[in-house]
Amino acid sequence: MKAFSNKKNKRRYSPRRKFLKSGLVLSAAFISGSTSISSCSGDNSTKSGKKTRLLTQDGNLVEVDESNIHESHKHCIKASLKEERKGIPGRKFVMVIDLAKCRNARKCIEKCQEAHNLPPDQEWMKVYLIKDSQHTEPYWFPKPCFHCDNPPCVKVCPVDATFKRKDGIVLIDNHRCIGCKFCLTGCPYSARIYNWKEPEIPEDIKNQQYSAETSVPAMIGTVSKCDFCPDMCRIGKVPHCVSACPNGAIYYGDLNEDAVSNGNEVVRFSELMSDKGGYRYAEELGTEPCVYYLPPKERIFPVKSGFKNLSEEEKARYKNIIK
Amino acid sequence: MIADNKNPEINNLVVKLLKKTGKKGYYWGFFLLLIVIAGTYALVIQITKGHIVTGMRDNVAWGLYIANFIFFMGLSYASAIISGLLRLFRVSWRRPVIRITDLMTIISAIIGPLYILLCIGRIDRLHHLIVYARIQSPIIWDVFAISTFLIGGIIILYLGLIEDFALLRDNHFIKAGKLRKRLYKLLALRYNKSPEQTKILYNNLDLISALLIPVAIILSTILSWVFGLTLRPGWNSTIFGPYFVFASIYSGIAAIIVALWIFRKAYHLEKYITKVHFIKLGILLLVLSILYGYFTFNEYFSIWYSSEKWDTKLLAKLFDFSQYGWLFIFSNYVGILLPIIVVAVPWLRRINNIAVVSVIVIISLWIKRYIIVVPTLETTLFPIQDTREAWINYSPTWVEWSITIGGVAMICLLFMLVSRLIPIMPLKEALDKEKIGNKNIVPELWDFNK
Repeated sequence: MKAFSNKKNKRRYSPRRKFLKSGLVLSAAFISGSTSISSCSGDNSTKSGKKTRLLTQDGNLVEVDESNIHESHKHCIKASLKEERKGIPGRKFVMVIDLAKCRNARKCIEKCQEAHNLPPDQEWMKVYLIKDSQHTEPYWFPKPCFHCDNPPCVKVCPVDATFKRKDGIVLIDNHRCIGCKFCLTGCPYSARIYNWKEPEIPEDIKNQQYSAETSVPAMIGTVSKCDFCPDMCRIGKVPHCVSACPNGAIYYGDLNEDAVSNGNEVVRFSELMSDKGGYRYAEELGTEPCVYYLPPKERIFPVKSGFKNLSEEEKARYKNIIK
Repeated sequence: MIADNKNPEINNLVVKLLKKTGKKGYYWGFFLLLIVIAGTYALVIQITKGHIVTGMRDNVAWGLYIANFIFFMGLSYASAIISGLLRLFRVSWRRPVIRITDLMTIISAIIGPLYILLCIGRIDRLHHLIVYARIQSPIIWDVFAISTFLIGGIIILYLGLIEDFALLRDNHFIKAGKLRKRLYKLLALRYNKSPEQTKILYNNLDLISALLIPVAIILSTILSWVFGLTLRPGWNSTIFGPYFVFASIYSGIAAIIVALWIFRKAYHLEKYITKVHFIKLGILLLVLSILYGYFTFNEYFSIWYSSEKWDTKLLAKLFDFSQYGWLFIFSNYVGILLPIIVVAVPWLRRINNIAVVSVIVIISLWIKRYIIVVPTLETTLFPIQDTREAWINYSPTWVEWSITIGGVAMICLLFMLVSRLIPIMPLKEALDKEKIGNKNIVPELWDFNK
C-alpha cells in the first residue's frame, strides 16, 4: 500500500472527469490483465519510467510505474473485510442487459462458474426464457443478482451477514452467515443459492481466506450469489459475465460517471436508457434493482437460435414455454 | 406414592396423579424414547452431511421444520392466552384444565424453537444471533420474543404450583420418597398459606396472566411476520398477524381437549374432568372455528377475486387436485366445518366425538401451516426453469419426517415425565372446591360489592 502514499506517484482524479478518459483507462486495464502493485520503496534504480494508470481500492485513479506492477494470483485478497463492507467510494455500480442481443449462448454462465469455482448446477447468472403472455413473443432473459437499492434479503438477515455497500453492491460474509435461509425466502428474484452440501472445490482454493468480493471459497450451510465482481472492478476490469458475452449484451459501469461498458465499447448509461427504452424488471415490487434491461426490440437472433448448442437437460428446462 | 385415609378426597387424587408408573406407562415411555432416539439419529445425519439430506432446495428453502415451528409456537402462545383468560375471568370450570394448559405453554415453547434451529445450516454459529444481532430482522424479534415468553410461561406455571408443592410438603400422610419430599419442600418456597402470602401469590398470578395475554398476541403476530413481511404471494398479507393469532388459539383449544382426554383416560380422572369441560371447551372450539374460517375466507377470497398474476399462480397450485387440492380442502373445509357440526348438533356433542374432532382440527391446522409455507415457495416470480425435481417440487425426506415425529414424541415424553413429578391437576384448588362447594376461594378480580 506504500505505493499510494507516495505523493510523487499519486494523482487524484475527480470522479466527475470526462467519462471517456476513464473509459480509456478501463480499456487499457483490460489489456494489462490481473495485476497488483508490489511496493514502491523508493529504490529508483528499478524504475522503467513508463507509467500506467490504475484504479485504487478507494476508487481513485493513480499513476504507477510499470516496473512496480506484478501479475497477481487469481483469488488473492484485495481488500480487507472492513473495506469490503464499505465498498468503493464514489461509485454506484449498475448493469444493463440488452435483451435484443441475447441468444442464450450461456457463455456468461460458464465464465462465471469458472471464475467463482462453482459446480455446474450452481448458476449465479441464470438465463430464463420468458413469455409474458399468450400472444407475446418469448425472449431470453439473463438474470444476475439485481443488487437492489432496497434489498429485501438484507432487510431480513438476522446477523448482518449480507450487506448493502455504498457502491450499491450486495455481498455476503459467509463466515458470519448462519444459514437461516431467510434471505432465500425474502428475495423475490430467486437470486440466492444455498450450499446444501460440502462444496467440491480444489484444496488450495478451499484453504484460501474467504473474500466477500470474490465469494470464494464457498462454504457448506451458507448462502452465495452473484457478487457483481467488485474484485474485477478494483483492478479496472469488467465482471466475468460481461467480458464473456460473445454478443456484448451485458453492460456494466458506474452510474455516477454515467458510463457503462460491455468490454468492447463504452457508452453513456443515460443515452442507453433514453434511446433504447431501458427499464427495470418488476418495478412494482419497490426493490429498486441496479440491473436495467433494454427491451428485446429488433433482435439480432431469433429465439430458436438459443436452443442450438444446448444439452438435452438444458433444453428440457424450457419445455413449458416452447412445445 | 402412598397416602393414608385422613383426607380421602385429596388422598384419592394424589394417589391417582402421582402413583408409581405402571407397566403400561413404562412401555409407552420406552416407545416414545425410541422415536426420540430415531429423530436424534436423523438429526446427527443432517448435521454431519448438511442440509442436502433434507428435501429443501433453493426454491423451497423452508419446509417441514418451519411448518412445525409455527405450529408448536402457535400452540404455546395459544395456551398462554387461554390459561390467562380462564384465570382472569375466574371461569368456574377452569381448575382441571389450567395446569395442563400451563404445561402445554412451556413444553411447546421448548420444542417449537428446536425446529427452527434444525432449519439453520450452521448451528455452530448460533451465537452470532446474539453477537451480531441485527434488530431489523424478524428472526431477531423472534429470538427476543421466544426467550421472554419462555420465562413468563415458566413463572406462571411455577406460581400456580406453589400451593400444591406446599400441600405435598406439609401433609405427612402423603408418603413420598425422601428426595421427592426434599424437592417439594425446596420448591414450595416456605409458603405457609398465610393470608398475606396467599394474597401476594394470587395477585402475581393475575398480574403475570394479564401480562402474558398481550405478549402472546404480539408474539404470534411476530411469528406471522416471518412470512407477512416478505414479497411473496400468499405471505405478504395484512391480515396475517390476526390470522395467525386466531389459528393459534384454535389449534391450542383443540390440543388442550386432546390432552385432557388422554389424561382423563390415563389417570381415570372421570370424576374431575367431566363432560362439562369437554362441552365448554367444545363451544370455544366452535367459536374459534368460525373466527378462523372467517379469516381464511377473507384471505383467499380477496386474492382470488383481484386475481393478480403471481397470486393466481399460487391459487392454481392450491386448487389443483394433483398438487395441494386435497390438503387445501381438508385444512380449509373439513378442519373448519367439522367442529361446527359436531359441537352444534346436540346428539353429536359427546366427549369422544369432541376429542376426535379436536385431533382432526390439530392435523388440519398442521397441514394449513404446511400449505402456507411450501406452495408459496414453489411459486416464484420467475418461472422455475430447472430439470431437477427437488428444485421444482418439495417433498420431505425421511430425515425431516423422523425429526418431526421425534419432536412430537418428545412433547408426549416431556408431558409424561412432568406428570410423574408434579400433579397434572391443581390439588389445592380441587380440595378447596370439595370443601367449600361452589364458593370461590380465589379473590375476585373486580369486587363490585365494595
